[in-house]
Amino acid sequence: MGYDPANPMADRITDIGPPHYEQFFPPVVKKNYGKWLYHEILQPGVLMHKGESGDECYTVRVGAARLISIEHIREVCDIADKHCDGYMRWTTRNNIEFMVDNKAKVQPLLDDLKSRGNKFPVGGTGASVSNCVHTQGWVHCHTPATDASGVVKAVMDELFDYFTSHKLPAQVRVALACCLNMCGAVHASDIAILGVHRKPPMIDHDAITGLCELPLAISACPLGAVKPATAKNSKGEDVKSVKVNADRCMFCGNCYTMCPAMPLADPDGDGIAILVGGKVSNSRSMPMFSKLVIPFLPNTPPRWPETVAAVKNILETYAKDARKYERVGEWAARIGWEKFFEKTGIPFTIKSIDDYRLAYDTWRTTTQFKFTSHIK
Amino acid sequence: MPKHDTPLLDELEKGPWPSFVTDLKRQAEKKPECFDILGQLELSYKDKITHWKHGGIVGVFGYGGGIVGRYSDVPDRFPGVAHFHTVRLNQPSSMFYNSAKLRDICNLWEKYGSGMTNMHGSTGDLVLLGTTTPNLEPLFYDLTHDLNQDLGGSGSNLRTPSCCLGRARCEWGCFDTQDLCHTLTMHYQDEIHRPAFPYKFKFKFSGCPNDCVAAIARSDFAVIGTWRDDIRIDQAAVKGYISGEFAANAGAHSGKDWGKFDIKAEVLDLCPTGCMWMEGDTLKIDNSECTRCMHCLNVMPRALRPGLQQGATICVGAKAPILDGAQFATMTVPFVEVKKNEDGEFAEIVEVIEKIWDWWMEVGKNRERVGETIQRIGLPTFLKVMEITPAPQHIKEPRSNPYVFWQEDEVEGGWERDVVEFRKRNAQ
Repeated sequence: MGYDPANPMADRITDIGPPHYEQFFPPVVKKNYGKWLYHEILQPGVLMHKGESGDECYTVRVGAARLISIEHIREVCDIADKHCDGYMRWTTRNNIEFMVDNKAKVQPLLDDLKSRGNKFPVGGTGASVSNCVHTQGWVHCHTPATDASGVVKAVMDELFDYFTSHKLPAQVRVALACCLNMCGAVHASDIAILGVHRKPPMIDHDAITGLCELPLAISACPLGAVKPATAKNSKGEDVKSVKVNADRCMFCGNCYTMCPAMPLADPDGDGIAILVGGKVSNSRSMPMFSKLVIPFLPNTPPRWPETVAAVKNILETYAKDARKYERVGEWAARIGWEKFFEKTGIPFTIKSIDDYRLAYDTWRTTTQFKFTSHIK
Repeated sequence: MPKHDTPLLDELEKGPWPSFVTDLKRQAEKKPECFDILGQLELSYKDKITHWKHGGIVGVFGYGGGIVGRYSDVPDRFPGVAHFHTVRLNQPSSMFYNSAKLRDICNLWEKYGSGMTNMHGSTGDLVLLGTTTPNLEPLFYDLTHDLNQDLGGSGSNLRTPSCCLGRARCEWGCFDTQDLCHTLTMHYQDEIHRPAFPYKFKFKFSGCPNDCVAAIARSDFAVIGTWRDDIRIDQAAVKGYISGEFAANAGAHSGKDWGKFDIKAEVLDLCPTGCMWMEGDTLKIDNSECTRCMHCLNVMPRALRPGLQQGATICVGAKAPILDGAQFATMTVPFVEVKKNEDGEFAEIVEVIEKIWDWWMEVGKNRERVGETIQRIGLPTFLKVMEITPAPQHIKEPRSNPYVFWQEDEVEGGWERDVVEFRKRNAQ
């Protein structure tokens, strides 16, 4: 039996959900479930979890691209079969974790991983730059303002030494989203790399009438910049369409999401903004949003040198100046953002001053500030 | 499908980080459509723009989500990726696998797709990248019949729920994240597969306030583990940290010499509420002042553990900036025990979820996340709908404007008044 195209609904199975997680637990995990006592990071990328039973679970964390082939996954399976009784897991940051139940099994696993070229870098624990989570970019998305996998590869090559070591003041989460939709949700990352557009949408008057529901395209604009209009198509006929008030456009791309006849991507218009200082954890300070410090860097494939340099500069300025445990956002808040801009040498521009909704929350309403070089 | 010259992408084969380009080339030896992925991506690197058309609605019969349509805008040059749809597989809770399962998935994807994947997508699905419309039904048949797997969510539905690894391999899991995630995923299969909401809705479950799945930043419905009694202290282990026997923060700072561990500077003074002090070499905590931020537990995991009265805080309404700006989830239910009833359901959690949905499906606008609905209509109304007693814990500070929406029945004598009688006493 198998799928019968003549009878597609025959013996159909639906809504069975994912397989139950427990069958994928290594025995040491299953046995000590809910009974873990503490953990230690033995070296960058190697964790030991101690159970109340006295059992130990050793985890080796390796970086991976988010875009991986089944050939690569099969190689991961080979490693798991050889060292870990066939078990493994992925982390929320696209790292792969191999678990063994005995310290003696760790070194052979590490040696094996090392023998496979640069495919399985060990690290991403503790006060490091862990794997950079990201979105699809040009490899598979229809709305990106930049690539994802390529930028991340270039950034992680440059920050590699921080992935494999523990020398930062705290963990630094770097993330990339290739457009403002942020399916990668970079709005709470220590350093966020964000694809941005800078040209208002074009309007394809030949296609819009048949392709789009105009009221949806109009209401998609948060600033009311899209209005109904009669326009001429390329045959000179009057068609129902829209017009865009470019002065109001904030380049969010929401109109294009709703209406394919309003493309806004552009080789010169698109590029990258850098936001910093976000965090998710409730540790010490409350969760914080990432804040825009560099409004635009150009798209410069294949290795985006401007973006790589900007990320590295922020990371290393922070590493030099922050106190132990301090996340990037906590450091910037302590020294003040005027000092952040001074120490990083990032030019402060009017584009970092919020003029969207809830903007007032970010304006300074006190006489307390520091005299940095910004005050002439 | 021929191999294309990719001088720009070839630059991304250099450097110490794993190269997706090298990996794509490796896969192309078996699945030549990967040469066309490389070819089209090279063209994007040259043109600095995407070459994927806008959207495209495809799916399997009976489902409204789980497959995302994708078509090349240069199909003549790269026919291998002319159709290149995404298939989202619902991942097992917290993404543990065995090799037998993954090899089955690899074989399925070798048969029906490009061989390229995302492990995993941003929401948590195991994402298979690149197949054609005619392959969708046969793939789904084999997936459900032979692999006992199902699709995840996409569109205006419940998106595939995800959780941290919690009690599987962490000492801080204050509730069973995997069990809650899996049970609710099974409970809401219809809501995952058949879009009926104003917009997407995400569940995320983190076992403690460190929040490793970013529930508070990314999910409409965030369940985050916490406790309400006293932090458990092992005073001998505290001394072990002070003496340097144990590395602070589990060894997370081993790559730099930060000097000898100083419990005052590194723990007591960094406590946001200042609720800890030393009496001699004994650590004291005023637990009634503690906000359970996790810092002291993170720094001294051998010495400090969450209390025993464990459960979760429910926060509602997080989202990325599109459209009204980014929102973190708002603390809504301060404490709930995360427990199954005799029917194997997390009934108390389900009740909270369905109260939110009933309201949001009625008042939410098209493409409005629930956090935006709460923002538009107001937290006071939302709390009333949820039948939750308002408490100071719901706010950072009281409002600073006096514009209270009084209800008529709250005001003595109501709102009906006689202006003629009024004028007899108060001349115009």
